[in-house]
Amino acid sequence: MSDVKVDKPAAVPADKKNWRSSGGVRGWFGRQHWAVRTVLIIVFAVLAYLLPYAGDIPVLGPQIITEGIDWPSALFNMSYYVLLALGLNVVVGFAGLLDLGYVGFFAVGAYTVALLTSPDSILKTEWGWLAAVPVALAVAMVSGLILGWPTLRLRGDYLAIVTLGFAEIIRIFATSSETLRGDRGFADIPHPPGSYSDGKPIFGVADATPYYWLGLSVIILVILGVRNLDRSRVGRSWLAIREDEEAAEIMGVRTIKYKLWAFAIGAFIGGLGGVMFAGQQGFMNSQTFILQFSILVLAGVVMGGSGNIFGAILGGALISYIPDRLRGIEDPIFHTDLFGFRFAIFGAIIILIMIFRPQGLIPSRRRAMELKDREKEVAPQ
Amino acid sequence: MSEPHVETPQQADEANAHRSDVAGGTSAPGPAERSSDVLLEVDHVTLRFGGVVALNDVSFSLRKGEIFGLIGPNGAGKTTCFNAMTGVYRPTSGTISFNGESIVGKKKHEITRGGIARTFQNVRLFPEMTALENVMVGADAHHKTSVVGALFRLPRHWQEERSGREKALELLRFVGIVHRAGEVSRNLSYGEQRRLEIARALATNPTLLCLDEPAAGFNPAEKEELLALIRKIRDTGVTVLLIEHDMRLVMGVTDRIVVLEFGKKIAEGTPAEVRDNPKVIAAYLGVPTDAA
Repeated sequence: MSDVKVDKPAAVPADKKNWRSSGGVRGWFGRQHWAVRTVLIIVFAVLAYLLPYAGDIPVLGPQIITEGIDWPSALFNMSYYVLLALGLNVVVGFAGLLDLGYVGFFAVGAYTVALLTSPDSILKTEWGWLAAVPVALAVAMVSGLILGWPTLRLRGDYLAIVTLGFAEIIRIFATSSETLRGDRGFADIPHPPGSYSDGKPIFGVADATPYYWLGLSVIILVILGVRNLDRSRVGRSWLAIREDEEAAEIMGVRTIKYKLWAFAIGAFIGGLGGVMFAGQQGFMNSQTFILQFSILVLAGVVMGGSGNIFGAILGGALISYIPDRLRGIEDPIFHTDLFGFRFAIFGAIIILIMIFRPQGLIPSRRRAMELKDREKEVAPQ
Repeated sequence: MSEPHVETPQQADEANAHRSDVAGGTSAPGPAERSSDVLLEVDHVTLRFGGVVALNDVSFSLRKGEIFGLIGPNGAGKTTCFNAMTGVYRPTSGTISFNGESIVGKKKHEITRGGIARTFQNVRLFPEMTALENVMVGADAHHKTSVVGALFRLPRHWQEERSGREKALELLRFVGIVHRAGEVSRNLSYGEQRRLEIARALATNPTLLCLDEPAAGFNPAEKEELLALIRKIRDTGVTVLLIEHDMRLVMGVTDRIVVLEFGKKIAEGTPAEVRDNPKVIAAYLGVPTDAA
């Protein structure tokens, strides 16, 4: 790219400047031979699978792992937050549709599993977890279409408010309806199937590591899928819609169709997160799906870098990791658990990131440019 | 001014005549031969916005293969007319038919796929996409790959990606900005952006290309290049509808012209006829009160 920053002071070392202008890490990665790239990706994936043993690394390990919550569980929490962030990134980052009620789809996925599998359910079907998964995902997708169909004519703030309403409707319905059992919730939701050769189940209650591995595998599949979509006609259509919806439609992009797809795919991935969550927890009630959850995931996507898959992953992981890491640490003033301050600390971190890196930690290049354009619109030079 | 422009109306007419001779001599048929088949027909179209009548009973038709000019003073309803043709506005009354089929009430993307493409008065590219990607969006209009095909990388996805890319590069070469293919479109110069917009519109395989003031903000040399480009487009068999302010440009390139004023058609005919029409002169230059 030719936009080398000319206005940067000469104090910036020449090699650093070249590194920046040649695309940084991503530019370097893109220039490598495909074999090198494949090996790097595999190494990275293997390292991700080995994360539950990060505590065994000398010196560094104990700094990374969480104290108040066992490390594999923290990793599993991260995995479904990452899933949610990936799904929301499709809706917000790719298609540019601001969705504040994303937790609604997570709830739909989780509740469908609960209804079909839990003995508390009025359906009394008591299916296995795996059998309930496809149904739950289909229901989540359909709910995405149902929400999307009437609302996608709205833009920007209006869409945000309607989606916010959607999530609240789901939560309030879950709280007050007899079918969804409100606060009492559903217990004994079965875990994913499978057992070791000695008869012990793989997905037990004692160790969350297998759940994390399952989550990670699902994440990898989702990344591949989302990346395929992004680098295709579908991704181009989303980008065109985000940049100029009317021009896109006049150029033959079927805007309603692709916006609905974005919603449906986002809902599918959100439902996937809900399904995983229900399968690991075994219990859930309406208190799980508070509005804060939606906002938190959105904050994660924006913080990590909206429109960039790896940005969304980092953001999703951080919003789950930071509070979990704060658990069990004594604060120096009141000598209570630092976890109580999680939102204050979290807020401070987000504010810092927004001041110093408003485009997100790993921004999408295009998104960063759009942001710059908007800045100009706000304060013309 | 040293621009290589046709200066006088007589010269313009001569140039027009000469051009059609040349065209008739080669593979493309001259305007006279193709005058019979109507491509687009605007039939008694009225368009009201509340109390404002933007178009008042406007009728005209475009013939296949011609370059048609739509001119008029500011606010005459030219762009509104364009928008009605491309499905942005729906006429209050009257019909617009394209290739014998009514397009009133059709969706914008359907009209595009039907063969009408347009550019915008104020350039509306996708600013953070590269020039190539911009054109590929246009080429996608006729592609069939959707989410499933892209997700599982079905053969059609690869085939359409490849053909779309080739077509986009070819069109960028056609409009003369292929060397900028990888550049993000907001970094292109104004003239390049205008050309890119034409390439993007051409990528949708139009039978009718509508250009909304393509020469706005151009210097005389750039205008001359644009004229050549428009003729080149016509020679590929695409009918061109041109909205323009610059009379010299319109006179120099169009086969027929319709003049709008205050939403009404006040004249129609060849450039020479229109130029001598007293109503047109009045619309552009004003009428002395005693003469009215």
